[in-house]
Amino acid sequence: MNRLTNPRTTLAALALLAFAGASAPAQEILNVSYDPTRELYQDVNAAFAAQWKAKSGKTLTIQQSHGGSGKQARAVLDGLAADVVTLALAYDVDAIAKGGLIAPGWQQRLPQNSCPYTSTLVFLVRKGNPKGLKDWGDLAAPGVSVITPNPKTSGAARWSYLAAWAWALRQPGGSEATARTFVTRLFKNVPVLDTGARGSTNTFVQRGIGDVLLAWENEAFLSVRELGPDKFEIVVPSFSILAEPPVAVVDKVVDKKGTRAVAQAYLEFLYSPEGQAIAAKHYYRPRDKAALAKAPVRFPELKLVTIDEAFGGWANAQRTHFADGGTFDQIYAQ
Amino acid sequence: MMHFQKRHSVLPGFGLTLGFSLFYLCLVVLIPLAALALKAASYGWGAWWNATTAPRVLASYRLTFGASLAAALVNAVFGLVVAWVLVRYRFPGRRIVDALVDLPFALPTAVAGIALTSLYAETGWLGRPLATLGLKVAFTPIGVGVALVFIGLPFVVRTLQPVLEALDPEVEEAAASLGASRLEAVRRVVLPAIAPAWLTGVALAFARALGEYGSVVFISGNMPMKTEIAPLVIMTKLEQYDYAGATAIAVTLLVASFLLLGAINLLQAWSARRGAVE
Repeated sequence: MNRLTNPRTTLAALALLAFAGASAPAQEILNVSYDPTRELYQDVNAAFAAQWKAKSGKTLTIQQSHGGSGKQARAVLDGLAADVVTLALAYDVDAIAKGGLIAPGWQQRLPQNSCPYTSTLVFLVRKGNPKGLKDWGDLAAPGVSVITPNPKTSGAARWSYLAAWAWALRQPGGSEATARTFVTRLFKNVPVLDTGARGSTNTFVQRGIGDVLLAWENEAFLSVRELGPDKFEIVVPSFSILAEPPVAVVDKVVDKKGTRAVAQAYLEFLYSPEGQAIAAKHYYRPRDKAALAKAPVRFPELKLVTIDEAFGGWANAQRTHFADGGTFDQIYAQ
Repeated sequence: MMHFQKRHSVLPGFGLTLGFSLFYLCLVVLIPLAALALKAASYGWGAWWNATTAPRVLASYRLTFGASLAAALVNAVFGLVVAWVLVRYRFPGRRIVDALVDLPFALPTAVAGIALTSLYAETGWLGRPLATLGLKVAFTPIGVGVALVFIGLPFVVRTLQPVLEALDPEVEEAAASLGASRLEAVRRVVLPAIAPAWLTGVALAFARALGEYGSVVFISGNMPMKTEIAPLVIMTKLEQYDYAGATAIAVTLLVASFLLLGAINLLQAWSARRGAVE
C-alpha cells in the first residue's frame, strides 16, 4: 500500500532533504531509481555506506527516490539533483543525456553496458496453471486473460511487449507481419492496462483478474515468496528478453556538488562481489558467475535476447513500437 | 444596496486587499497557466492540431467530458437530495452523515480509486452481484463515472447547504397558505432560490471531474479508445518525452473547460436574475 502512495512521500522527503542537505556537513548522495528496486538499494546503500566509512572515514548518507522510470528521468531533467540514476531502460538515461546532464557515451563508462545486474520477463500464473500456459504462443489463445501494464506508461510493459514481438519473429515463418498479428491477438486478451508494474500485480494478485501476469522475474519471485507458493507459480517461457537496467553518474550534478568520487565508487560497488551478492539476494541476475552460483534461487535457464540484438537499441524500438502511431497504437486503432 | 456598494469607502483597505488578491491570483493561477499557454504556442499550429485530433485523443476527450458531465448530473440530483435531507430534517446520526459528505475531499484520490476498484471489480462485493446481472462497472466507462460521482458529490452538497439553510421554511408555508401545492411550492419557490448555488455546485463538480486522474486510472482499465481519460493521455505523452503533445492536449482541455465554465456562469447569472425578478 505504501508503495502506491510513495511518489508523493518521496517528493515530500526530497523537499525536506533539500533543506537538510544544505546544512549537514556529512556527505550525501541521491540515487534516483525506478519502482521495484526499493528493497535492493536499501541493502546496497547500507553495505556501501559501511564500506565507505571504513575506507574514507566519512559518514555517507544515501537517499533514494523511486517511481516510474520515465517519471524519474523527467524529474532529473527538471532539476532533481540526482548524483546517480539507476533506471529501468537505457532510453530514459539517454533522455537525461540528451538534456545535457550526462555525457554522451555514458553506457561505455562502466562494464557490461553500465548494467551491473539484469532481469527478464516471466509469466506468473495461478497455482496449478489451470490454463496450461507454457510459452508466449499460449497467451494469444482465445479465452486466456493476460495482465500487463500499459507499454506507454510502464518500462516493464515495454520489455514484455518487445519479448512477445521478438518471440513471434523467431517462430517458423515468422516475419514483421506475423509478429504484428501475434502481438495484436495477445493484447486483445488484455482486459486492463494499469499504468505501472505494481498496479498490474495488484490487479492480478489482489483482485484475482486474469490468468497470467507478465512480470519482472524479480517481482515474480517476490510475489511467490510473499504471497505463498500455494497460490501462484512462475512459468518460464522458452525465450524472453534480457532486461538490462542501466546505471549512470549524473555528471552535471556530481561536478556541481563535488561528489563524483563517491558516486563513481557507489556504482562500482554494484559490480563488486558484495554488490553482486546483494543483487542476487533480491532476485536480480548478477553478472558475476560466482554470485550467480551462490544466489538464493536458481535462475531458470532460457534463451535471452538483448534489445540491441533484436531491435537495434532502444531508440529504434521506441520509435517503431511505442511512439505515437507505432505498432502499439495500431493495435487499438483497428 | 447598490448605493452602499458604490461608495465602498465604509470598508477600509480596498486598494491593499485588491492589490494583494490580484498578485496572489497571478502567482498561484495565472503564471502557471500562462507558462502552459506559452509552451503550447511555441510548438506551432500544425503540431498542435495533429496532437489534439488523433483518434485516440478525441476518444479520450469524449470519455473525459462525457463521464464528467454524466457524473455532475448524477450529483446534481442526489447531491440536492442529500443537502435537503441534511438541512431540513433532524434525525439521529445526522452529524455523522454530514461529516461523511466531506470524505471524498479528504481521502487521497488514489486510495479512493483503489477502494472503488476493489469494490466494483468482478471479484468485489458490489462487482460480483452486478456482474451476475450483466453489468460490468470496473474497467468500463461506467467505472470512470462512478469514481467521478464519488469525488464530485461534496461540491454539490456543500454549495447547496448554506443556501438551503438561509431559505426560511416559512416561505414554503406562505406558498402553501396561498394555495400552492407542494410540487408548485418546490418548483416556483424553492428551486428558483437555490438554482444559482445549485449550478455553481454542479459546475464545480464537473470541473473537478475533468482534471481527475488519481482515482480514475485505477478503475478505468486504461484501454486505448475505450476507457482512457484525457489526463492519462497527457501522462503517456510525457512518458515519451513528448512535451509538445502533452501541452497541446492540456491546453485544449483547459480551453474547453474554460468555455464550459463560462457558459455555466452565464446560465447562473441568468437564473439569478430570473430568480430576483420573480
